[in-house]
Amino acid sequence: MNNLEYTLNEAREDFDQCKSLTDLDQVKAKYLGKSGVLTEALKSLGKLSQEDKPKVGATINLVKQGVEEALEKRREAILNASQAIQLEEESLDVTLPSRKEDRGSLHPVTQTLHRVESLFYSMGFSVANGPQIESDFYNFTALNIPELHPARAMHDTFYIDESHVLRTHTSPVQIRHLEKNKPPLKIISPGRVYRVDSDATHSPMFHQVEGLWVDQQVSFANLKGIIENFLQTFFDNNDLKVRFRPSYFPFTEPSAEIDMSWKGGWLEIGGCGMVHPEVFKHVGIDANQYQGFAFGLGIERLTMLRYGIQDLRHFFNNDLRFLQQFI
Amino acid sequence: MQFSENWLRSYVNTSLPSDALNHIMIMAGLDVDDSYPLGVSFSNVVVGEIVAIKKHPDADRLQVCDINIGDQTLQIICGATNARQGIKVACALIGAKLPSIVINQVKVRGLESFGMLCSLKELGLAEEAEGILELSHDLKNGTDLRAVLDLNDQITTLKLTPNRSDCLSVWGVARELAAISACSLTPISYEVNPIKHSEKKNVVVEDKSACPRYCGRIIKNVDNKKPLPDWMNKRLERSNIKSISPIVDITNYVLLEIGQPLHAFDNNKIQGDIKVRFAKTEESIHLLNDTKIKLSKKDLVITDNTDVIAFAGVMGGLPSSVTDMTQTIFLESAFFDPIVIAGKARAYNLSSDSSYRFERGVDFANTRLALERATSLIIKYCGGEAGEITEVLNALPHRNEIHLRLKKLNTMLGIEIPRQDIERIFHQLGFKAHKTIEGFKVSPPSYRFDIAIEEDLIEEVVRLYGYDKIPSNHPLSYQTMLQASGTPKYELKEALVSRGFYEVVTYSFIEDEIEKSLHGNANPIQLQNPIASQMSAMRSSLWSSHLEVLNYNLNRQVSRLNIFEMAQVFHREKKDFFETEVISGLSYGSFMPEQWADMERDIDFYDMKAYVEALTSKRLMFKRSDKTPVALHPGQSAEVFLEGHSIGWVGKLHPKWQQHFSLLKAPFIFELKIEKFLEGKTFQYEEISKFLPVRRDIAVVVDETIEVEAIIDSVYKAKIPFLNKIALFDLYKGKSVAENKKSVAFLILMQDTSKTLVDSEADFSVSKIVELLEKQFGATLRN
Repeated sequence: MNNLEYTLNEAREDFDQCKSLTDLDQVKAKYLGKSGVLTEALKSLGKLSQEDKPKVGATINLVKQGVEEALEKRREAILNASQAIQLEEESLDVTLPSRKEDRGSLHPVTQTLHRVESLFYSMGFSVANGPQIESDFYNFTALNIPELHPARAMHDTFYIDESHVLRTHTSPVQIRHLEKNKPPLKIISPGRVYRVDSDATHSPMFHQVEGLWVDQQVSFANLKGIIENFLQTFFDNNDLKVRFRPSYFPFTEPSAEIDMSWKGGWLEIGGCGMVHPEVFKHVGIDANQYQGFAFGLGIERLTMLRYGIQDLRHFFNNDLRFLQQFI
Repeated sequence: MQFSENWLRSYVNTSLPSDALNHIMIMAGLDVDDSYPLGVSFSNVVVGEIVAIKKHPDADRLQVCDINIGDQTLQIICGATNARQGIKVACALIGAKLPSIVINQVKVRGLESFGMLCSLKELGLAEEAEGILELSHDLKNGTDLRAVLDLNDQITTLKLTPNRSDCLSVWGVARELAAISACSLTPISYEVNPIKHSEKKNVVVEDKSACPRYCGRIIKNVDNKKPLPDWMNKRLERSNIKSISPIVDITNYVLLEIGQPLHAFDNNKIQGDIKVRFAKTEESIHLLNDTKIKLSKKDLVITDNTDVIAFAGVMGGLPSSVTDMTQTIFLESAFFDPIVIAGKARAYNLSSDSSYRFERGVDFANTRLALERATSLIIKYCGGEAGEITEVLNALPHRNEIHLRLKKLNTMLGIEIPRQDIERIFHQLGFKAHKTIEGFKVSPPSYRFDIAIEEDLIEEVVRLYGYDKIPSNHPLSYQTMLQASGTPKYELKEALVSRGFYEVVTYSFIEDEIEKSLHGNANPIQLQNPIASQMSAMRSSLWSSHLEVLNYNLNRQVSRLNIFEMAQVFHREKKDFFETEVISGLSYGSFMPEQWADMERDIDFYDMKAYVEALTSKRLMFKRSDKTPVALHPGQSAEVFLEGHSIGWVGKLHPKWQQHFSLLKAPFIFELKIEKFLEGKTFQYEEISKFLPVRRDIAVVVDETIEVEAIIDSVYKAKIPFLNKIALFDLYKGKSVAENKKSVAFLILMQDTSKTLVDSEADFSVSKIVELLEKQFGATLRN
C-alpha cells in the first residue's frame, strides 16, 4: 500500500519535471504504459487472495486516478505555458497601417447629381437623357426661341455647324421626352451643358438638372411647393427660405427665377415656370387639357453651396487634394 | 440699362428709400443688377460767401475770411490764392466729414478757424484741383452742397429680360414702377414746336411693313457747339453715355428718357428725298463707328437720292453725320418692325442702343412725341428753327384683344385671385380690360410687345399680385413604380471608387491636334467658336483629358494616380453626330499606396485588367487586335468583349505618347462603352450538385506565342464530358522548358450532376483535353 501511495507522489514529481508534451508522454508510460507500474500492479492483482483483491484493487484504481489527474493537470500546464510563449512571440504592433488601397471618391458634382436624382426619384420623377450636340431646333426653336430672337443672345452658344450647337441648357430634353411620351409625366434630366464663358464664376462646360411635370392640374403653387421642398431637403435645412421672382424664359409663362436665402442675402439658384403653350404645340399636346411646370437648377452652384467651395474652376482642375476631400 | 435714380424719381412720386425701391422692382421682374450711391462721400458742406477777406497777420500765404453761411458768419483761415471777396464757395463746417479728413475747430498761427473752404480734390470730386471750388452766384448761402451738386443719387443698373422693351427708358421704368407701386406718374413734358420755316423732306417708304411709321423734320440754324445744361450732362454721364456733340447728346438723352431711338443727319450732306427700303446687292455703308460694311438684301436702309445714309434701326452713316459745323439737321424718328431689325446688328458684329431697342420693340405711339421732345430741347439749347414734320404712316402693329378666363388663371396658379384684384391690376398696368362672363377681354398698350396670349396676361396678373402670395402647395399626384434607371451607372463608378479610383470631370472639348493624333480621329468635330484652341474639338476619347489631369497632378508632387470618368464621347459620320457614353480610367505609378508591408511595384497590365473585370460580374474577353488604337502599346493592350460585342480597350500607353507627355512611367488606361454593362437579364438559378467535383491538374508545354485564353476557349468549346471548369494556375518559362516555349498548368474541375464521378470517367475527360491541346496547340504533356 505504502508502496503505491509513494508511487503517486513519485509520479507527481516526475510529471512536474517534464517540460514538454513529449517528455510527459514518456513519463506517462512509466506509470500507465503497458508495463507501467500501475499496469503491472493491476496485473498482479490476480495473485492476491479473494479477500485482498478488492481492497488492493480499489487502492490501485484510486492511485491510478490520482496519477491520471496529475498527468492531465501537468499536460494543461505545459500547453498553457507553450501557448503563452507562442502568443508572446506572435504579438504584433496592431497600430501599424493596414495593407490597404485607399478608397477613392466620386466627384462632388456626381455626388450632387446622385443626391438630386434620388430626391426627385423619391417623388416619382424618372431620369431622361438627351444629346449634348443638339440641333438648333431642339435647343432653341422648339423651345419658342426662333432664329434672331433676342433671347438667343441670352445664351452664349457654341456652334458646331449651321444647324447644330452644344446644348446651352438641358431644356431640349423636355421636347424630346414630350415627343415620345404622353402626359401625365414627370422627369428630371441631369447633364452637361455648354456656354461660351470662362472665369471664376463661369465655366464653358457645367451641369444642370432639368425638371418637368405635366398633368391636368399641376399648378404654379405646386411648382413652388416642389422647389421649396427640394431645396430644404437637399440642404438639410427646413428653415431655408426660397424666393420666386418674375423673370422671362421663352419656353415658360409665367416664368420665375429661384433664389434661396444665403448668409443674409439671396442667391440665384435656377429658373422655372409653367410650360409655354408654344412648347406644347410643338409636341402636339393640347394646352387646354394639360398644363405643367419646368425648372432648371445649376448643379455646380448647389455643390458649391453645400460644401462651401468658392471657386468654380476646382471642379474641372481635378487636383487630387481637392478630390480626396470628397471620400 | 444704367441710369440715375434721381432721374427716375423725378417721374414717380414715391417716398420709398433706394433699397425698398430696388426690392419692389426685383419682385416685379425688373432685375436690379447693381445699385450703388454716387462714389462721393462728404457731409456737412454748405454754400458760403466770402463777405470779407484780409491777410493773416502772422502768415504771408494765409488769409482770414468771413464766410456767410446764411444764418451766421464764420471766420475761416484759408490758403487758396483764388479766395477773394464776393465769391461763393464750398464751406465745410465743424464736424464735416471729407474723404480724407474730419473738420475740427483749430488755431492757425494764433487765429481760430471755424471750418474749411474746399477744393474739388478735397471733396473727392476730382483727382487734382487748383484753388478752392467757386460756385454759382445764384446759390443761396447755407444750402447743402450735396443737394446743389445733385450728389445724393444712386446709380441703378437693370438687367432687363428681352421681353421688357417697354422698360428700356427711364420714363418706361417709371411707368412700370408707378404700375407696381400704384403711385402717380408724371408725363413727359413736350410741346408741339411752332413751324418757323417751310423746308421739308419728301419721304418714301418702299417697304411699308418694315417701317410702319416714319417721321422727320428739318431744323435750321442750329449751333452744335453750345454747351448743354449741367443737369442733362449729369443724367447722361450717370447713364454711362459718352458726350459727342450737343445734338447727338440730346438724341441720346431722349432715347434714354422715352426709349425712342432718333438720328440726326446733317441736312446739307444728304441729297434730295429720303427713302426707306431694303438694300440692294453690293451696296455698302460707311458707319458712324468708322467701319465699312457690305449690306445684304435683308438689311433695311435709309437712302437719299444717291447713297445709303443709314443702316435703319442700327446705325447712321459717317458721311451724313452731324459735326461741330452743322447748321441744318434732318431729325429722324421712326418705328421699324422688330423682326426686320432682329439679329441685324449681331450679324455684322455691331451693337447699338438703337438696334437693341428696335429688335425688342419700340413704342410706335411715341414716334412723333419723341421727335417733338428732341426738337424742343435742340431749339432750347442749340437754337434753330423747326420745320414741318413729314410723317409716313402705314399699318401699325395691332394689339389683339385677349380673353382671360378666370378658371384658367386659377387652375394654372393653383390659387383664386379675386376678380376685383385682377381688374385693379389691369388698370394699374394701363391695360384696357372689360368683363366677360368667364373673365376679361384685355387689350395691351402699344408699348407692350410681350403680351399676346392668355398665359401672358396670367403672368402679368400674378407678377403684380405678388409671386410671394402664391402658396407653396404639395401636389396631388398619380404614382407608379419606377425602375431604378440611374443606379447601374453608379454601381459601375462605385466598383472603381472602392478600388481606390478618384472620379474626375473634364471638359468635352480638347485640342484639335491631339484629337487627330492621340485619338486617331482624322475628322474631328470642330467648334465654330471655341473659347481657346486647346478646346476646339469635341473629343472621341477621354484619354487625352485624363493624361492632362495626370500631368496637372504630377506637377503638384503626386506620384501615383488612379482616376476615372464616365462621359459622352463624340464622333461623326457624314453629317450626323453620334454620342457614346464611356467609362474611362487611368492608373499611374505604384500598384499600392506607399506602405511598409509589401515590396513596392508598379502597376502592370494584369492589375489594370483586374480593374476592368471588376466593373461587371459577366465574363469579359480580352483579345489582341490589329486595330489597336494608336494611343496604346500594341504588345500590352487588348480589345475588350462582352457577350461577343467589342466594348473598348485596355492597355499601356504607347511609349511614343509617354515620351510626348514627358512621363517617367507608363500609365495604363482603359475605355469601355457602358451600354452593355447596363443590360441585365434576370438569370435562372442552377441547382447545386449533391456530388463533390473531382479535380485534376495538368501541365503542358506550348509555344510562347500561344494565348492562354485561346486554349481555355477551345477546351470549353469542345464540350468535354463532365467538365465544369478549367483555369490556369501556373505559368513557367525558363529552366527545363525549351526556349520560345512556356509551361502552362491548368486545374480541371469535373462533375457529374447525377452521381459521384468515378476515376475512369475523370481520366477519360482529362485525356480528351490533353489530346485536344496536342492537336490544336502542339502541346506536350509535362510530367
